[in-house]
Amino acid sequence: MIDPQLFQLICFYAFGAVTVGAALGVISLRNTVHAVLSLVLTFFSTACIWLLAEAEFLAIALIVVYVGAVMVLFLFVVMMLDIEQEKVREGFIRYLPVGIIVALVMLGEMLALIGVRAMHTHTMGVNPAAAQGVSNTEWLGHALYTQFLLPFEIAALILTVGVVAAVVLTLRQRGGVRHQTASQQVSINPRDRVRLIKMTTEYPASVQPAPVSPEETKP
Amino acid sequence: MGEQIFNQLLVPIFYIACIALPLIIAVAMFVYWERKVIGWMHVRMGPNKIGPLGLLQAFADVFKLLFKEVVLPTKANRFLYYLAPLLALIPALAAWAVIPFSEKMVLANVNAGLLYLLAMTSLGVYGIILAGWASNSRYALLGAMRSAAQVISYELAMGLCLVCVLVLAGSLNLTDIVHAQTGSKGVFDWFWLPLLPVFVIYFISGVAETNRAPFDVAEGESEIVAGFHVEYSGSAFAIFFLAEYANMILISFLAPILFLGGWMSPLQGVIHADVSPWVNWIWTGGFIWLFIKAFIFAFLFLWFRASFPRYRYDQIMRLGWKIFIPIAIAWVLVAGCMKYFGWVSIGTGG
Repeated sequence: MIDPQLFQLICFYAFGAVTVGAALGVISLRNTVHAVLSLVLTFFSTACIWLLAEAEFLAIALIVVYVGAVMVLFLFVVMMLDIEQEKVREGFIRYLPVGIIVALVMLGEMLALIGVRAMHTHTMGVNPAAAQGVSNTEWLGHALYTQFLLPFEIAALILTVGVVAAVVLTLRQRGGVRHQTASQQVSINPRDRVRLIKMTTEYPASVQPAPVSPEETKP
Repeated sequence: MGEQIFNQLLVPIFYIACIALPLIIAVAMFVYWERKVIGWMHVRMGPNKIGPLGLLQAFADVFKLLFKEVVLPTKANRFLYYLAPLLALIPALAAWAVIPFSEKMVLANVNAGLLYLLAMTSLGVYGIILAGWASNSRYALLGAMRSAAQVISYELAMGLCLVCVLVLAGSLNLTDIVHAQTGSKGVFDWFWLPLLPVFVIYFISGVAETNRAPFDVAEGESEIVAGFHVEYSGSAFAIFFLAEYANMILISFLAPILFLGGWMSPLQGVIHADVSPWVNWIWTGGFIWLFIKAFIFAFLFLWFRASFPRYRYDQIMRLGWKIFIPIAIAWVLVAGCMKYFGWVSIGTGG
């Protein structure tokens, strides 16, 4: 008999192992497209871990936003780049110590954060969504649009500014570009472009057909 | 223990088979129906040689494809080349998990069903991009590029349409969304009326999202041969085919669920009678209504294909970004006002 909690634990470790393995693949695979795909796998298995923690909104949002949109663009760019695979990996050993130091610092910070949160567990109480008997998504929506409305709006504003900035950075005026205007194209009158002219048929001198009398052609 | 394994493992697998196998048969028959309908619209016969009325044509095609050799192009990326068709098919099938066929007939009654659908439909593009890249072919890469840009653009419009629906329904659960469309005014209680522009945008975006004519620049036979799957043959090609048609049928089911009351009857609230369980569904609603509505939308896909010439790439981008997205954003505000001022009555089910 499999205990549900034990099963959850097994699932957690399985997803965790896939996440870590895929994350290692991102930095160690030689083919850049393979590396991007293992980043996709990392996101996906992270989303699975979040689903286990009953954070279904965050999990699916991660898939929609990162896997469905951001990583597609990423993949797109990486595919278009004509890079020599070997050269990209040349500095791997040289920068490895720096990378390890950064990773260790991050690990220390995360452990500290988890430790602080663990100490606060008894004060943070139970899962607020479960306590109110509503779904996680519903509770998150209520919280975002009531309690945290101002930070939410500010974050949205910053993102919009980021989008505008990205557009402005790539916007440049180029001379000699001929733009198409759809409304103009649609409202064109064929008579302005094509003129139908009536004329008698002309033949080259070599294939002069026998003249046809008008009486014969009449039906 | 045996009973638990039966309940938790075998029963869901049986239900999944109950959805997936008829879906695959439906794809085969849909292909036959498409060839027949387009034949009639071109004043031709369509397939009529194999089986009565040519009905077995689809199966003949399937077996032909299955027995053909899968050719791996030179210098293609072997792993990704074989992975790509599966990446296209898996989301197309997985999305069916949350579709409510009637009051009780739903495999997974997920609270975040709408989000799940959005996630699954956005994953399908990986199959197309990877197929284009792994084939080591220019035509395939061009098709993949076009497809990626198109799918991402129309996903935005589609997502905004879904936002309108969930604002009105107040839920992400698809069963609740259908329940929100109950009422006593028949078809006028459904969401197509308050969300009319969004309804049109949703279906057109769905056509674009599935890379179907007139938005089939990813395949574009006359321009880039067959686009992303030009190098695929045999069963690998069949899987792409299956994924595309499964997605079309999925959109044909989603449009009625979100905007036309799902399994609800157009006579809801008009006729109150209790004749017999065999005919009551005509006015109380049942899965047959959903199938009828889905069939109409599936037919629209074919009608579009027979009627419209292919859009140019820049026209597709213009339509998506400059027309659909602004209208959908505006309608999110309108839907919010409708909900806030109570201009639309939302049913609660039953």
